[in-house]
Amino acid sequence: MTSNGNSSNGKHEVNGTDGTVATWTVKAGLAQMLKGGVIMDVTDAQQAEIAQEAGAVAVMALERVPSDIRRDGGVARMSHVSVIREIQQAVSIPVMAKARIGHFVEAQILDALGIDYIDESEVLTPADDVNHINKHPFKAPFVCGARNLGEALRRISEGAAMIRTKGEAGTGDIVEAVRHMRSIQGEIRHVQSLREDELWVAAKNLQVPVELLSSVHRDGKLPVVNFSAGGVASPADAALMMQLGAEGVFVGSGIFKSGLNEPTLEGQRAAQARMASAIVKAVTHFNDPQIIAEVSNDIPLDAMFSVSTAQMAPEQLLAGRGN
Amino acid sequence: MPSTDRTGDRLRIGVLALQGDFAEHLSMLREDGEGGVDAVEVRTLAQLDDVDGLVIPGGESTTIARLLIAFELLEPLRERIRGGLPVWGTCAGAILLADDVPALDREPIGVMDMTVDRNAFGSQVDSFEADLDIAGLEGPPLRAIFIRAPVFRRVGEGVEVLAALADGRIVAARQGDLLATSFHPELTDDRRLHRYFADICRARASVTDATEGAARTAS
Repeated sequence: MTSNGNSSNGKHEVNGTDGTVATWTVKAGLAQMLKGGVIMDVTDAQQAEIAQEAGAVAVMALERVPSDIRRDGGVARMSHVSVIREIQQAVSIPVMAKARIGHFVEAQILDALGIDYIDESEVLTPADDVNHINKHPFKAPFVCGARNLGEALRRISEGAAMIRTKGEAGTGDIVEAVRHMRSIQGEIRHVQSLREDELWVAAKNLQVPVELLSSVHRDGKLPVVNFSAGGVASPADAALMMQLGAEGVFVGSGIFKSGLNEPTLEGQRAAQARMASAIVKAVTHFNDPQIIAEVSNDIPLDAMFSVSTAQMAPEQLLAGRGN
Repeated sequence: MPSTDRTGDRLRIGVLALQGDFAEHLSMLREDGEGGVDAVEVRTLAQLDDVDGLVIPGGESTTIARLLIAFELLEPLRERIRGGLPVWGTCAGAILLADDVPALDREPIGVMDMTVDRNAFGSQVDSFEADLDIAGLEGPPLRAIFIRAPVFRRVGEGVEVLAALADGRIVAARQGDLLATSFHPELTDDRRLHRYFADICRARASVTDATEGAARTAS
């Protein structure tokens, strides 16, 4: 937890405590607290309550879950402010929300709302096809997606205090999440094997600051927490990502698009609550097949409607947005 | 204390690993070389029964509270703490140790006589760090990291206040062998509180050993 830029926030009074807010340690620190947990996409207060009841460590407030964004098309933006506020009031766990890539005003709004984490997300339609948000000046910390080590370190250099592998949101297909996690872990192992005098060229090739690459070389891990996202549709998927090195899991459509075959809304909610709870338990005991088997027995018979990414046209893939 | 695969007489401290920043606590405890501390993850009853002390880490208190119940650890943990197991809770862990937590929708472990307010400073944008003088720690103030932190609004007579903020709000307390801090020493390089807790565990373990030794001699 060394200090990493972000010197813009000075000392100021916090509720009479004489403390300093929004330091790098404080921003990256919340992600440390989320580790070993599940962050669930929710679109309203009732879903947020179901998520909290099931043991989610945080909820992600968004307008539509990724599978609906995929189905509906059009431009996907930051959630409506009234919905975000409603969700903030409904739960005591941290509330995250998504801003479009490069849309620093959406991020400013979320900061003003006192959101706990901002996800600058490829799931929404990018607002800037060249630049990401300069994340350092914000009080709220940012999480960003990445497919490989270079992308992860570029986002961290811009101020991201947490990384999630992108996967392919809204598909229910875990293959991209696995590819991205293996890619990052593999590249980290490669960086560790380098001689120190080889780091400069490696940084040049990855298009990242050498200081960040040196920290990876020294520590054998990213300088911030790394979760998995994009395609988790079952407790087994979640445990798979944990065994591959994820420090926690984001679940989008996998919960509130499951159990839809139940005839009543109450039945659907109950089924989704079981899915949510089972994924939480599978992440805690990701190395215990007996427990994963037990919790998998409880999930709804119908998982989310899924599509295989191998059968999708390149322009349908979200992970390529932002680099 | 029962023991399996113990390396000699080394102290073994567990870190509750259901959720949260348990890895940071493990590394802080392990790097404390001279005292000889083994630090292990605790997720099951068997693991709980093999430690001389337990750290409940930072994390999401609602999540950890649910997992303690779901995996049937709450009551056994409570029993062992009442039987003398030293425990240190940081942030979420401190919330769970308190016996009165108005804003928690599950039963806490409830072994410390205090009232705790969750998220007492507001949301993440109000999280902060500050220098803190802590009773019993020598040297300069400790740089304390407060993340969506609780405060201990009321402490009972048997609870010693170890630290308070400038405005008087209590953020560290001790009741016998139970320690609670609303901040995160595990996110810094300062190991003084980890050593402080290891000393509590060591003292308790030597008392337990002496008692067991006496019991063996008598039989």
